[in-house]
Amino acid sequence: MTEEQVKQIVIDIINEIAPDEDTSNLKSEVNLRDQMDLDSMDFLDIVMELRKQHGIEVPEEDYPKLASLDSCADYLTPKFNA
Amino acid sequence: MTQIPENKVSPRDSKLHGKHFDCVIIGAGMAGLASGIRLGLAGKESIILERHNASGGLNSFYSIDGHKYDVGLHALTNYVPKGTKGSPLTKLLRQLRIPYDALELSPQLQSKIHFPSCQLIFNNDFSYFESQVAEQFPNEIDGFCRLVETIKNYDAFSLNAPSTSTREILKQYFKNPLLESMLLCPTMYYGSSTENDMDFSQFVIMFRSLFLEGFARPLNGVRTIIKALQDKYRSLGGTRKMRCGVAKIICDEQRAQKLLLDDGSEITANKIISTAGYTETLRLCNNDKNQELENNIGKLTFTETITLFKEQPKNLGWEDTIIFFNDSDHFRYEAPSSNLVDPQSGVICLPNNYAYPNEENLEYGILRITALAHTHKWFTLDETSYQEAKQHWYTILQKTALSILPSLNESQAEFASRTIAKDMFTPRTVHKFTGHINGAIYGCPNKIKDGRTHLDNLFIAGTDQGFLGIIGAMLSGISMTNLHCLQSKE
Repeated sequence: MTEEQVKQIVIDIINEIAPDEDTSNLKSEVNLRDQMDLDSMDFLDIVMELRKQHGIEVPEEDYPKLASLDSCADYLTPKFNA
Repeated sequence: MTQIPENKVSPRDSKLHGKHFDCVIIGAGMAGLASGIRLGLAGKESIILERHNASGGLNSFYSIDGHKYDVGLHALTNYVPKGTKGSPLTKLLRQLRIPYDALELSPQLQSKIHFPSCQLIFNNDFSYFESQVAEQFPNEIDGFCRLVETIKNYDAFSLNAPSTSTREILKQYFKNPLLESMLLCPTMYYGSSTENDMDFSQFVIMFRSLFLEGFARPLNGVRTIIKALQDKYRSLGGTRKMRCGVAKIICDEQRAQKLLLDDGSEITANKIISTAGYTETLRLCNNDKNQELENNIGKLTFTETITLFKEQPKNLGWEDTIIFFNDSDHFRYEAPSSNLVDPQSGVICLPNNYAYPNEENLEYGILRITALAHTHKWFTLDETSYQEAKQHWYTILQKTALSILPSLNESQAEFASRTIAKDMFTPRTVHKFTGHINGAIYGCPNKIKDGRTHLDNLFIAGTDQGFLGIIGAMLSGISMTNLHCLQSKE
């Protein structure tokens, strides 16, 4: 799986958990929270969906690694390819 | 005083006997249903156990003679229009993945704080309320605006904030005690579990939810909200068992081991979320023998009269949605000391007065009148005296409301002739259907903000945890489930 595919997976999850947010022009390097109205409860849901849909576990101490699409790709791609 | 229905089913016949769940939720009220949805979304197996035959808990519904009644829910507070970012209602719907439109919310027309020497009108546009305060209290408006800024920026959900007196803080912003009373009347009536003063963080939550956000209601009342929650929970595979309470939580020093249900069956769970109330829950564990707990039992409770009448209220000149009233300039919020009911203050609700779509409205006019009640006196009446007392106080509250509502130019007897049906609930009714000790509406005075109990796997959500109102109850179920079941490892 490529980093771009992983980013798309994260975007798909955000579309699912926060359908009222516009994800069409997200900047990869900018924190998701600075571009959308997401809070810690929403990040919990991103983690929940990664586990449910893709069997990927993100421990609580690693939540900061999901801050931007780039950091998501860095952190999650090895997990998807493991 | 817990009522355990006699049940002839032997444990062997119960389909639940011996079952294990990721999480058992006690109570199918707003908090319990929201908790169940969160667990369902996370793919966890849960069951909601409810002793009553209807969901909703303190915000439920019933029918008599074909007429539908709501309990609780005068208004859904925290109302914001669709698409409003960052508000509790928006966060809640996102967490439950329920679309905004499913709640079918219609905004209020206007509401009022009614004191003998002053009235403040408000609606869902806060600037209007501000202009009312400026008009009635020109010397205090600067202080009021500073207070509003404080409220907007206050961290009301901190789990370890010290408790501070609202009255003391309000005095730092303005001097007129009438304004203090007029702000406390609605905020206390819609959520205070303590007498005469409230913790400032609770005041902040209430002020935001009533004034900075607003009131709304679905045309079909609380049923619409409960149905949206139930449907979502069911769609996620959640189980709900009605008429089946928890009789006992069997535990060792550290953990709840088993739940004994009213029908005699036993089930097990990794975690338990109880919305039955804090003391009520510890009683299930036989762990309620300490003074601190005794002192933390909610005392404040209400009676409410409900009258169905032929006209739409607006045709009688009654155009307010909610009226918070007090019969003097000093507002006292305390359990009546001698009488069964204290009619000196209260809340009048006209559920017809919302901006429902397509000019639709309720079939009949509905007048609801809420007032503080004396728990113990209501509990100790024999059946005949109980019925007489209900009749007596119904008449008095009706008279009180008719003196506050715009004059009909007709006597109480004439208004009574318009009446189609009426009912009244008392602390006894609340206790019977919710199991809350004293029939307390807003739970215990000292909230269990982190939801923890003496057991590692038993947690409290709902009115005793500390978020207020219907939206607050659901947020309580969500946040406690997130914190204790979804974020933490097994």
